[in-house]
Amino acid sequence: MNTADQYLKAIYLAQRIEDGPASTGTLADLLDVSPASVNEMVGKLQDRELVEHEKYKGASLTDEGLERAHDALQTYCIIERFLANVLEVEEFREEARALESVIDDTVAERLDTIIDRPEQCPDCFDPEADHCELLEVSGRAD
Amino acid sequence: MSLGQRVSSDHQLTRLLQIGVVLEEVVESRAALHIDSLPPEERAEFDAEVEELLAEAAAESADHRERLEALIDDLEADTVEYEEINALVDAQYGPPEDTDGVLYDQLANEETAYKFYDDLITAIEASDTEFAVDRDRLLETLSEIREEEKEGVQEVTEIMEHRA
Repeated sequence: MNTADQYLKAIYLAQRIEDGPASTGTLADLLDVSPASVNEMVGKLQDRELVEHEKYKGASLTDEGLERAHDALQTYCIIERFLANVLEVEEFREEARALESVIDDTVAERLDTIIDRPEQCPDCFDPEADHCELLEVSGRAD
Repeated sequence: MSLGQRVSSDHQLTRLLQIGVVLEEVVESRAALHIDSLPPEERAEFDAEVEELLAEAAAESADHRERLEALIDDLEADTVEYEEINALVDAQYGPPEDTDGVLYDQLANEETAYKFYDDLITAIEASDTEFAVDRDRLLETLSEIREEEKEGVQEVTEIMEHRA
């Protein structure tokens, strides 16, 4: 997943957490980058008409941005489910965050052929808990 | 969240190689299921060329898996057994409707594997981490596998083109 898609996913999650536009501070926390980096990337995403940015309020996804964010979140859910249920990784959230930049969506689609993912995915993703609320974790600790 | 495509620890590298093993196991398992899943009338049409392609794909995946497992061994980690992945593939498997569907799936397998190794090599090259496995051997192995996946894409594409 490329950096732009990671930002779009973070904006989507921040909008859900804040129930409104995503603030720079929340995005910086979610992405573990500086507010200056967030502002720079949000500007680029705005130029590409994926995001609308309102001063003092924050960033909101356009319809196209929302679609891409949705796909990115689905890819992330697949990675989390794969780590938790196939590789039985206990720290699947942390590892998914570390791996998402290296796993392309086409690779995730293949991994998706062996996992059991609910139809409502990724709408069932809980942004506060950072995983799907329907994800059942079992198996050995890693 | 980790921005930027790089592998920065043995642990992360191990996990990515384990994912590579599973991808190879998925290819191997799906190729075997494709042959079995086709209805008799389709199987009759299932010419030697396609059958050979799937058999080669399964054998190549098994070889790639072994080479990845050797690297994972050096990192002192385990992999998921083929039987376990085979059962998961079987549980979710929806057979393609016909031979064209089989070929499309095989093309997706090869393209996905190529993309995976290409991204992984890029991420390793972008990192200055000293891994527990020799970096040259790691990159050489992954580059060879990537090359074979590229040849696989070409092979399936050629078969699809002359069947069209």
